[in-house]
Amino acid sequence: MEVRVQNIRKEFGRFPALDDVSLDIRSGELIALLGPSGSGKTTLLRLIAGLESPTEGTVFFGAEDASRKSVQQRNIGFVFQHYALFRHMTVLDNVSFGLKVRPSSRRPPAAEIRRRALDLIELVQLSGLEKRYPAQLSGGQRQRVALARAMAVEPNVLLLDEPFGALDAQVRKELRKWLREIHDRTGHTTVFVTHDQEEALELADRVVVMSKGAIEQVGTPDDIYDHPVSPFVYGFIGESNCLNVTLSSGEIWFEDRPIGLRAANEPDGAATLYFRPHDIELIDGCGGCLAGLVTASRRVAGTRHLELDLGKTHPSVEIELPPERASSTDHTRVAFRPTKFKLFRKDGDVAAIPRPVASPAAELARTGT
Amino acid sequence: MALDTSSAPAAAPSKLVKAATSETRIARLTLIAVALGFVALFLLLPLATVFIEAFRKGPVEFATALRDPETFSAIRLTLIVAVIAVPLNLVFGVAAAWAIAKFEFKGKAFLTTLIDLPFSVSPVISGLVFVLLFGANSALGPFLQKYGIHILFAVPGLVLATVFVTFPFVARELIPLMQEQGTSDEEAALSLGATGWQTFWHVTLPNIKWGLLYGVLLCNARAMGEFGAVSVVSGHIRGQTNTMPLQVEILYNEYNFVAAFAVAAVLALLALVTLVLKTALELRYSDEIAASRRH
Repeated sequence: MEVRVQNIRKEFGRFPALDDVSLDIRSGELIALLGPSGSGKTTLLRLIAGLESPTEGTVFFGAEDASRKSVQQRNIGFVFQHYALFRHMTVLDNVSFGLKVRPSSRRPPAAEIRRRALDLIELVQLSGLEKRYPAQLSGGQRQRVALARAMAVEPNVLLLDEPFGALDAQVRKELRKWLREIHDRTGHTTVFVTHDQEEALELADRVVVMSKGAIEQVGTPDDIYDHPVSPFVYGFIGESNCLNVTLSSGEIWFEDRPIGLRAANEPDGAATLYFRPHDIELIDGCGGCLAGLVTASRRVAGTRHLELDLGKTHPSVEIELPPERASSTDHTRVAFRPTKFKLFRKDGDVAAIPRPVASPAAELARTGT
Repeated sequence: MALDTSSAPAAAPSKLVKAATSETRIARLTLIAVALGFVALFLLLPLATVFIEAFRKGPVEFATALRDPETFSAIRLTLIVAVIAVPLNLVFGVAAAWAIAKFEFKGKAFLTTLIDLPFSVSPVISGLVFVLLFGANSALGPFLQKYGIHILFAVPGLVLATVFVTFPFVARELIPLMQEQGTSDEEAALSLGATGWQTFWHVTLPNIKWGLLYGVLLCNARAMGEFGAVSVVSGHIRGQTNTMPLQVEILYNEYNFVAAFAVAAVLALLALVTLVLKTALELRYSDEIAASRRH
């Protein structure tokens, strides 16, 4: 089911946890709420569920205003961060709970409840463990019971709070793939909260990047990574470097010289230059480039990371090179130029989206203050 | 598990190596002896004395002492008071613990402190409070007298004093337990469509049932054994408002030692039954208790 969040505001005491947030979630979509802790992502999830009520704003399930409905009436499936399995019930009882507590008019017969619960247990690959108690299961198994329990009520929307947060790295990767498969098979509209960008980018159809109670950007994983619309998103997703630069008649200047990058049609003034460590080219003989002294060099899997000092008043910059390129350079001084970059003016507005990215005007950015 | 894997290859040569945390044999034996000695001297000896004194003149005399109508009435009264006071405190205790553990509200810290009040004031004062509240010279006194309502020196006064004194037991047992468990189990049940009552009955209650049972057993033991507060509000009317502890005192002061110890023995027996019941339940459900502590 399609879920629309409209101008939601939520205050805890006098502290606003969410400030005027709107979001359209499409039917059948797998969407991630991504942000650092305190960004309001869990609050947004709990508001959709009805576990919190908004200070202002509305939540629509389809065409229906769900804001006035209690959590029970919304018919959602919620998977809690620490699963919140009922510890005195077996796996089977946990999964059938949502059907068993229905009023008798809407409750399926006992045999039907059992059959549906067993089907779900099979779907989450726990057949044979239905008589176990939660304490007798591993973390990954508990997580799957929690998911089966949430799906048993045939929810309008499936909401997962940090679904893999409490698992170790190996199990996390397996379950991630598996959740994607389950989603593709069942087609539930699914919203999950995570602070792990890798998880969000790998798993979700669309990613909602949040910071300080507001939505910074909504887009596909490619959008988010390739076209971040604010300094926050640029800095939060993936690796990035930022430098203070000056614009002067269409040229980008670093300190007292142009670096060979153009930002046409931009008014003169100060700006911040963002670029990814791997979006650079090395230059022989610097006629308009960035240059710095190598202060550290690390080999990370298939690439070599070089840390460069561009001058005392600037933060150090990191670039990534294929190992063979890195060893062929003069190791004390490296000259390079970003191949893809983005400029943000001091007030946070997008200044320019230069080549190879087209149509800078099409993207609107929020301030990152 | 970590210990198993690490010590497995070195098992044979490490036989002589002592675990870092284990004490020497002498230290261990001394500690055990001190603990057992203390228990024997201060717990078992007095308990045994009660039973020995009760049966000093034989079981016939013991039975006769218990068949005395005043004693019989004291036993009955004690049970009546416990049967009323314990369920009341069961309900109050769960409600208070629920409020404190699961909600945020103003005055929460104050309420938490207030719950401990019956523990921190002398039982005599607890009794006196009710005398001042309902006594003939109190503000309520004339009203009660006019309508012939008897609170002091009657069963209601005894129940009130007992409820007051035993109030903290259930709540104290449940508050830390419910705080540790948090609210996510309840939220999970609600999100699955359960009503508030279903959530309490199927989720909250099973989660707290062992803590609740301990609280009730302790509450019951204290309700039957309470002396100070009850003594103040009882008025010591023989055969009418004397509970077992009060009856023991009266008999003892009359040098009727066998009868005094016989009643004391019954009281001690009730306490022992409570303890045995608790232990039996623990043994019977040890797995479940362990499982309910943590996931």
